[in-house]
This record gives sequence, structure tokens and C-alpha cells, in this order.
Amino acid sequence: MIILEGKQPHSFIHQVDPRVRVVAAVCFAVLVCLCEEMSVLGVGLGAAAGLVVAARIVNVETMRRLVEVNLFMLLLFVLLPICVPGTAVFRIGGLVWTREGLWQTLAIALKANAIMTGFLALVGTLEPPYLGFALSRLRVPDKLVHVLLFMVRYIEVIHREYHRLFNAMRLRAFRPGFNRHTFRTYGYLIGMLLVRSIDRAERVVEAMKCRGFRGRFYVLARFRFAWADLAFTAAFAGGLVALGCMEWI
Amino acid sequence: MTNSALAQLEGVHFSYAADRPVLSGVDLALHAGERVGLIGTNGSGKTTLLHLLVGLLRPTAGTVRAFGSERKTERDFGEVRMRMGLVFQDPDDQLFCPTVLEDVAFGPLNLGKTPEEARAIATETLEMLGMETFQDRITYKLSGGEKRLISLATVLAMAPDALLLDEPTAGLDEESQSRIYRILRELPQAMIIVSHERAFVRDVSTRIVRIDDGRIVATE
Repeated sequence: MIILEGKQPHSFIHQVDPRVRVVAAVCFAVLVCLCEEMSVLGVGLGAAAGLVVAARIVNVETMRRLVEVNLFMLLLFVLLPICVPGTAVFRIGGLVWTREGLWQTLAIALKANAIMTGFLALVGTLEPPYLGFALSRLRVPDKLVHVLLFMVRYIEVIHREYHRLFNAMRLRAFRPGFNRHTFRTYGYLIGMLLVRSIDRAERVVEAMKCRGFRGRFYVLARFRFAWADLAFTAAFAGGLVALGCMEWI
Repeated sequence: MTNSALAQLEGVHFSYAADRPVLSGVDLALHAGERVGLIGTNGSGKTTLLHLLVGLLRPTAGTVRAFGSERKTERDFGEVRMRMGLVFQDPDDQLFCPTVLEDVAFGPLNLGKTPEEARAIATETLEMLGMETFQDRITYKLSGGEKRLISLATVLAMAPDALLLDEPTAGLDEESQSRIYRILRELPQAMIIVSHERAFVRDVSTRIVRIDDGRIVATE
């Protein structure tokens, strides 16, 4: 749950303008979504994996996120091939898994992994505040950006509050089980967390008012579009065009 | 003397619930150059008093005056808040921006400064407090003492005429306490300092008042 924790390794991808990275990731995702050729999808996934290596984030955290995506894909592999008509590969009772279905699921799995990997390398390497600023500069509505920034700031505070409350419960010998007492206690815990969060929100707004807040935010960050960013943009666009050519030409 | 007060409460009554008054007839004036130490038991209404001064709460009876005129409406207090800086008890309430620089620049930006000016003011303020290396730090990763100093910086960046400090040293170790103490002693602003630390209040204030049973009692 702790975001922003730990020193991130610095690679050339970390140096690229956040706006460029967000746009690049979105373009890559859209292109991969449109592709149908299995070989193209494979190349796309490979390229995204290459970015992860280049960003030097080959670690447990990255793997854990990919595993999460693929657990969901596993579910698709079980369910989707039954729904697609075609040549049967195998059957259990009345359920038939088709070749076409499996093929489609494989395409979806490749796309999901390629997109996820691409986002991990390009956007996952942004500290959330910078993601917020980048989005704001890319004309994402202010309200959404503020929701993101406040979430980043206070999720940790609320999380700590949760731990304090939960530890206090444990110190009084609370052991969760499957019973009324446990459910009621969790109810109290969540209720108290909500009440405290609202209180906190009110105090935060008061503190902001005391500093002259009148509903408008100003962003300080200035991103400079450097030559390195241009090079990255050109190389990335080249890669995308190449993928497109493989698919459609 | 009364007219020269920066901020003044006259016969102020306040209660959160009708049957339990918190303040019942408070008279208190803050003059330029004064550092008033405000003490009192838990729940005696010290924080309430500060919040009344900047209009986060409104008195049930009595008047709030600040900078020469009576203040009643949200609009009146908007002006007061630009000249009277309140530092909250819990820095986590005060610091809401992701980075320190962003947070310190928040007030100046609200005062209508350009981003460049705001950035310069923020840097200057941090330098004054010896915290210039903290600019790009993430606010919630700071230690308790650091958070407290940055909270102070966010308010000082607005160049207020008066400061209201709600337990500025609560929960801090001696080193951080004495650092805050030195800073407060050197600031030119008039201030009201709420604190439980007797020795600290005695050292830093020019006079001490106590809230007792909803009223102000002068001490020492």
C-alpha cells in the first residue's frame, strides 16, 4: 500500500518528460488494442518488456502486478473458449472448449500483458505527483487531477490511521474470526475510519482556507521538453509505425 | 491601546452543544510585537479560540475584531486569513500538497502571486528556516519535526502580520523543540502560542494567559 516508497532506480526512461511518457503509453495501448496478428502482438509484448528492462524495474513488485493481471487471464482461458463457437479442442461433460476461443483468449492475454508492461515501464516509473502534473498539463480536467493528487497525499494518512486503530484492537486481544463479534468490530473499524476521514477532510479544507484557498489550484511544476525527449518521441513513434506496418502491410 | 490591537475578542461566547459552553465571555487582545502564551487544560477551548479569530468558527455572542474593524462574514474573514496565519496542531491537516515546495507556494499563489514569484517566496521562506534542501521532498515522508517546520513555512510564506500557533511543539523531541523556539523568538510577527509545555511558553512568550472555565485569566 505504501506508494512512492523506496528509491527508484534511475534509467533514461525516468528522465523522459512525464507528458511524453503518458502520451506514449496511451498510443501504445491503443495500437496494441487494434492489432489482431498474433506475431505483432508478440513483438509488441517483447518491445514493452524491453522497456521494462530499460527502465530497470525488473523486480518483485513488477512481477507481482503482472501475476495479478494473468490470474484474471487464467479465468478468461477457462471461461471464454466455451462461449466461442468453432472446432472443439476438448470437452468436459456438456462444455466444449474451442480452438478459435482459445486463440482469441491468447490474443487478449497478449494484449493485456503488452499494455500492462508498457504502462509499468512508462507510467509506473512516474511518481504519482508528477503523473498528476503531467495529466494537468495534458488538459485532463482539474477536478480529476486534484482527486488523484489528494488521494496520493491522504491514502497514506488514512492507511496509517487504519493501522493505529487495528493495532489498538489487537492490543486488546482482538482475534478476527467468523462470528458476529468480528463482523461488528470490523463495522466499527470502517465506520470510525470514515468518520475520521471526514473530520480530517474538514480540517484540511479549513487549513487551506486559512491560506487563502478559494477553490482554485495552481500548479508550480514546469516540464521542459528537451532534445532527449524529442529523440525518445521519435524512436517511440518509429516503433509504433513499425508495429502498425507489420499488422496492416 | 485597545484600538491598536491586531486582533481582539470582546465578550465572546461559544459552544459546540447548547448545554455545554466552551467559552463564556472571553476578552483577549493581541498587539503588535506581543507573543501571547495561551495555556489551559485539554478541552478548555484554546483551539476554539484560535479558530474564532480567523472565522473558522463564529461566536454565539460577542465580537471579533481584527486589523481595525469588526469581522462577521466569510468575506471579512477572507481578508483576515491573508494577514493572520494559523498553524494547525496536526501538520498532516496543513500539508496537503505532494511536495514541500508546492505546499509552501500554495499560500502565495492564492494571494495572487505568479508561479515564479511564488516559487521564489517559497524558496526564500525555506532558506530562512534552514530547510532549503527540503524543496522536493514528499510532504508525508517527512519526520514529525520536519513537518512542523514546513507547516510553519507554509504560513510564513504569506508574510502574515500575526501568527496563531496551535501547540507548535507538541510531540517533538527537545532538539526540534528548541529549534522551533529559536525560530519563534526571532520572528517579528505578533503571535498567540497555544501550548502545554509550561517551560516552553514561559521562554517564548511576552505574557501568558490561561483559559479557565470559559474565561481568560491573566497569569504570571
